Amino acid sequence: MQTVFSIAVDALAYGMVLFVISIGLSVTMGLMRVVNLAHGAFAMIGGYIASYAARDLGLGYGFAVLLAVFGTIVIAVPIERLLYRRIYGAPELTQVLMTIGITFCIIGIANYVFGPTLKTVPLPPALQGSVDLGFRSIATHRIFAIGCGLGVAVALWYLIEKTAFGVKLRAAVDNAAMAAALGVRTEIVYAVSFAVAVGLAALGGVVGAELLPVEPYYALRYMVTFLVVVSVGGAGSIPGALVACLLLGGIDTAGRYLVPEFGEFFFYLAVIAIVCVFPRGLAGRAGQ
Amino acid sequence: MTMATMNDALAGAQGKGRKRGRDLAGLAVILGLAVLGYLLFPNNLALLTRMTAIALLVLSLDLVTGYCGVATLGHAALFGSGAYASGIAAVHFGITDPLLMLACGILGGAVAGLVCGIVILRAHGLPQLVLSIALIHLFHEFANKASAWTGGSDGLAGIAPDPLLGYFEFDLWGRTAYVLGIILLAVVFALLRLIVRSPFGMLCRGVKEDPIRIRAMGASPKLALMKMYVISGAVAGAGGTLNAISTQVVGLDSLSFTLSAESLVMLVLGGTGSLFGALTGTIVFMFFEDIVSAANPFHWLTMVGALLIAVVLFAPKGLYGTVAGLAARRRGAGR
Repeated sequence: MQTVFSIAVDALAYGMVLFVISIGLSVTMGLMRVVNLAHGAFAMIGGYIASYAARDLGLGYGFAVLLAVFGTIVIAVPIERLLYRRIYGAPELTQVLMTIGITFCIIGIANYVFGPTLKTVPLPPALQGSVDLGFRSIATHRIFAIGCGLGVAVALWYLIEKTAFGVKLRAAVDNAAMAAALGVRTEIVYAVSFAVAVGLAALGGVVGAELLPVEPYYALRYMVTFLVVVSVGGAGSIPGALVACLLLGGIDTAGRYLVPEFGEFFFYLAVIAIVCVFPRGLAGRAGQ
Repeated sequence: MTMATMNDALAGAQGKGRKRGRDLAGLAVILGLAVLGYLLFPNNLALLTRMTAIALLVLSLDLVTGYCGVATLGHAALFGSGAYASGIAAVHFGITDPLLMLACGILGGAVAGLVCGIVILRAHGLPQLVLSIALIHLFHEFANKASAWTGGSDGLAGIAPDPLLGYFEFDLWGRTAYVLGIILLAVVFALLRLIVRSPFGMLCRGVKEDPIRIRAMGASPKLALMKMYVISGAVAGAGGTLNAISTQVVGLDSLSFTLSAESLVMLVLGGTGSLFGALTGTIVFMFFEDIVSAANPFHWLTMVGALLIAVVLFAPKGLYGTVAGLAARRRGAGR
């Protein structure tokens, strides 16, 4: 019982961190049709900035998170304008190569600037320790991560379903050319959603730094995981991504707890099974 | 089929003699470069042999990516399976004749190609890419776990091939392995030139251009791709065996995502859809790697990244494709 409970909590926290990072990837993939392998690199940049701000500059945790999110956006927007814009609509192979190239560059530069060691983001006292639920105690940080995930999910749902920007975004996802013809500035929609996606990636990178430690190969190590989440969930679908994150987080965590000697074997087996059964993703729409 | 392929087919019918001349020229270039490499780097034959093995991997990747349009980031699975098949045959079953080991490796690669083909060809686009990544990790984890057979993370050591044809021993300088590799590469290259120009090769190109039309013509796109995957597996398996014979050890890195990604980079650097492009990319990339990574492995990664971005932006057809395009334009202007 105890094991089941700890697996459930860890899986939930891990799944939520995955969700925060990869939902941006899912939205941009659904919107711009770009296979963006560099998404994990942006999460890594967020983690590095937060670590630098909190540990070396001694700033508060909340301030470090804000700095990480906006710093990453400031770094990423020029990359979008200069490089990504040229591969919209290009064949997948081209997109894969370009974004892998960007990832490699960011890894190399991060290693040069910050060194190859693990970086931690020191937690404020309020998030250390654990909360007693009466029958079990949970690490506060896990609850914080789960809360962040839920908050992001609700905020995104509100943004996309209830605001004018959300209407334009959905229109551009469904048919970019028609949306542009009706007067939607798709360029701006693209730029804003890219910025939001990168900001969320940075947020996830900081919040999840306890679960996915920040180091130069972060971008390469978890790139696959994020991509898998989007593919399993179906690009552009928030509920799909949420379900995929919880499912894959559960499988991965349960696998690590119950059969640690097999590492990620079951994770990838599950991925292959799911993709084979649902080639368009759990919530993918036909005809895309 | 699109006009380009049709024209290609027509040109193939008309200029068969010229094509054959290009084949012979290609073979001559390979052998010439091999001799040059032998004379210039007599102390570094191990690197040249590794280059030959990787060239086989990149050629095999070109078959599925360049000719069939299957985007895969897991092609090292076929290479590593071939390497492990021949290594296990040598260590656990005592098959130490190099040519028999080669046969085992080709068989192992072909079986892995069949398995990967069945899984990867189920999806298209992003899911296909994800499947290929998941497969390479699955193979990697499996080889890591089955350590009784594969040696796990220590690698499969103790491969001691017999002298080639009972006469040429595998010496410390790797001369025999190098010669074996070059002969293997030349034979495979010639065979692949025949295959990609055969009606079957044309069918595969047609599938890349438009699978629906191919189905309407009465051919099965999936069957064609599956066959190509098995052929590709055999080629990659030969490369893996060559690597196993020359280094006498098979490591887990031969089944790694990194190797898959690097082979894709080499292919694109040289130019997809052309066997010459695959060879060019391998040679340029591996020399570049040897020089730069000796200085600093992390700058190496930055350089590869910058190189990739530059190729995508400025030479989308790859080095060979761009040069060939320039040459063709010049010939056209000269007429």
